[in-house]
Amino acid sequence: MFRKTKSKKSDAAAAGAAAPTPKPAAASTTVGHWRPVPVNPVENLFNSYANKSTKEIDPEGIESLCSDLKINHTDVRILILAWKMQAKRQGFFTLQEWKTGMSSLHSETLPNLNSALTQLEKDIRKLSSSSDFVDFYTFSFNYCISEERQKGVDVESVCLLLQLILGGGGDKIVGKQKSWVEYLVRFLKEQTDTKVITLDQWMGFYRFCNEISFPDMKNYDAADAWPWILDDFVDWMGQNFRS
Amino acid sequence: MAVIEREPIELSKGWEIMEKGITKLKNILEEKDEPQFSSEGYMKLYTLIYDMCIQKAPHDYSQQLYHKYRETFEEYISSTVLPSLKDKHDEFLLRELVKRWSNHKIMVRWMSRFFHYLDRYYIARRSIPGLKVVGLACFKEKVYAILNEKVRDAVISLIDQEREGVQIDRALLKNVIDIFVEIGMGKMECYEDFEAAMLKDTAAYYSRKSSNWIFEDSCPGYMLKLEECLKREKERVAHYLHSSSETKLIEIVQQELLTEQVFVRKTIELHDKYLAYAEGSFKNHSLFHKALKEAYEVLFNKIVAGSSSAELLATFCDNILKKGGSTEKLSDEAIEETLEKVVKLLAYISDKDLFAEFFRKKLARRLLFDYSANDEHERSVLLKLKQQYGRQYTSKMEGMVTDLAFARENQNHFKEYLSSNPHLNPGMDLTVTVLTTGFWPSYKSSDHKLPAEMVKCVEVFREFYQTRLQHRKLTWIYSLGSCVIKGMFDSKSLELSLTTYQASALLLFNESDSLSYQELKSQLDLSDDDLKRVLHSLACAKYKILNKDPNTRTISPTDVFEFNAKFTDRMRRIKVPLPPVDEKKEVVADVDKDRRFAVDASIVRIMKSRKVLGYQALVMECVEQLSRMFKPDVKVIKKRIEDLINREYLERDRENPNLFRYLA
Repeated sequence: MFRKTKSKKSDAAAAGAAAPTPKPAAASTTVGHWRPVPVNPVENLFNSYANKSTKEIDPEGIESLCSDLKINHTDVRILILAWKMQAKRQGFFTLQEWKTGMSSLHSETLPNLNSALTQLEKDIRKLSSSSDFVDFYTFSFNYCISEERQKGVDVESVCLLLQLILGGGGDKIVGKQKSWVEYLVRFLKEQTDTKVITLDQWMGFYRFCNEISFPDMKNYDAADAWPWILDDFVDWMGQNFRS
Repeated sequence: MAVIEREPIELSKGWEIMEKGITKLKNILEEKDEPQFSSEGYMKLYTLIYDMCIQKAPHDYSQQLYHKYRETFEEYISSTVLPSLKDKHDEFLLRELVKRWSNHKIMVRWMSRFFHYLDRYYIARRSIPGLKVVGLACFKEKVYAILNEKVRDAVISLIDQEREGVQIDRALLKNVIDIFVEIGMGKMECYEDFEAAMLKDTAAYYSRKSSNWIFEDSCPGYMLKLEECLKREKERVAHYLHSSSETKLIEIVQQELLTEQVFVRKTIELHDKYLAYAEGSFKNHSLFHKALKEAYEVLFNKIVAGSSSAELLATFCDNILKKGGSTEKLSDEAIEETLEKVVKLLAYISDKDLFAEFFRKKLARRLLFDYSANDEHERSVLLKLKQQYGRQYTSKMEGMVTDLAFARENQNHFKEYLSSNPHLNPGMDLTVTVLTTGFWPSYKSSDHKLPAEMVKCVEVFREFYQTRLQHRKLTWIYSLGSCVIKGMFDSKSLELSLTTYQASALLLFNESDSLSYQELKSQLDLSDDDLKRVLHSLACAKYKILNKDPNTRTISPTDVFEFNAKFTDRMRRIKVPLPPVDEKKEVVADVDKDRRFAVDASIVRIMKSRKVLGYQALVMECVEQLSRMFKPDVKVIKKRIEDLINREYLERDRENPNLFRYLA
């Protein structure tokens, strides 16, 4: 994942790679019983990545999953997977979340999952103003909040998130967003007024990137209730890039 | 070939001959009938010194001659120079000093020629101070050190006479001031000492003038006078002061003549005048009142000389209300009338909260340090403010005045308590002022370690207070404390009036002869800022109660200090001032914090009643609500709205981002 995920490579990854196809371990022990336990491939897949004692997929399990899916753990598709699972805690998947995600992605196996995620990424980027996308965008921010009382996300992570969600793809349709993200990230890294971005500001970024014309900002109105940090951003743009 | 071995010259013999030459030199300087040195006579003395320095040990007298060289000056100064200066005053003193300094320079020139051979070998090899330096330093140590204050005062008094229009001898002043520069031998310290005193006097002079002119002159008349003064001070620098003083001098004149006193007085005057026009000539037409109001709002919300008018008005009030303020000669009625007008002018200021905070800080100083001139005026101005701007505006300040009355009562109880429990008496007088948290400006209550003597006092009072009010928690603010201690100096004992910090620093020297900065820091547990201020006041300012090594003018963390037993003063009791910290930044920061709370409260109030409101309307209502106290910045309001969204008091509408909802 893109933040606070410990990257313990070698061991965990090797273990994950050794078990690409799940073994029906649970089933074999119940042979001879009067009713066979049904084999659930989704659950089996989960178990192959889950930590044996906590019964959860932890950061190490996610590492293995990524390497089996042959994608980087900072890939936006992992974030999409977390969103589809409605995962609560960054870096961890519970069985319930896993089941929710797999069923909404109509997947039971790794190859299924891989192609479903790749397709979904494409769809999402095409419909970047859809309510689905807004939902994903909102989820991504909240997913970064690890503590109960935390009221925002640090600027550094926000920059990474923006680039990951609005700055990627290279699709023509999202060209404007992508241009804004480049400048917005530069501004956020330069400014010193705030270290933490709130959800309201985060949502403001999205509206701004979608609505405001690049680069002339002619439909921006300072009298509107844009979050103050965007007012500052517009001033900054004016000072640095007025031709 | 025969070598003629010459008998070595004995020191006493040689010196006898030298002394004759020196006496001749002195006679020339004293303008006695004495012929000038012939080149032969001078060569004879030079050769004599040369011979006495090249003789083989034990007849090499270089070292002895080096000392005799210095002693010659010292003897001449104490036998002739000082007596000639002793009974002279003012201009006569200055004339004599100029003559003596010029003679001294001649003497140094001749003497260093006679002794020249010392400079070439003995001095050069040992890298000790050269002849010229030793000669000039004698004058600095023996004459300047004793007379400089008297001379300084004489110069300053001549300058003041010139300011009053008296014709003075500018060439004489120029010569005296040149001495200050020359005697520093490349350093400006002596001149700077003089300059500091001269600038201080200038400030006092113009402060006196301004309080007179303020009543005598009209506004334009006053300004013309100011301009004339500035021109004359510039001329003064050109004629006899060092050019480095010009900017400082001009700054002081401006500071003194363009004070809040002038600003506020003149503003009141103009206001009276235009108000009379509006009421009289224009038959009280509302249009003219409105115009007057608008003009004053513009005027008052400008920043004058780096200070807001809120601060200027507060300082103006402080000057009226404190002891020894510039308006001491005003009658009670006049003071009341002025205060009344100030309170009215305050209406034009949008930052009323900033005025209140400055006023409160200054009121606290007046009350705590007993600077307040008159209790009735204090109460009356609070009453006026309350009538005009509401109970809340003055509630803290009234609390402060009441606190002080309680404190006096409490002190009496404490005295009774001590007299009925004599075994508890800590052996020194202690006065404690108990203040209510919240009424007073916030003060630092640092962990400063008190000396054992004072710890006992604190304990005794704590016990006493417990007997009266059990559940109150006492927090001690040592930074506001003051203390009188007796200093046993070599020549006499002096009473030192100090702050608690200064006193606890000095008391440490009862245990140790010398203490390093770091030792003092760890034993006192003070912040670097505080400790530097304290040590500067004791070692580098007017009264040098501590000696500092190295002897420089600033405090550095590697310095070492020791008690200066030689310190003395004419007075029996001296107050060692500790410069106050600039409180402006603090006040502004406090006010900003209060404003954030006020904006929050206002937004919540509005949204609670409206439930859903557009951004523009919310900002407008908020400004409207708060403008009685201050003019809130739109950006601040926006930030507070966003903060309230984050704290889930409000939410932004999903469809229309310019619309906010109240979350119950």
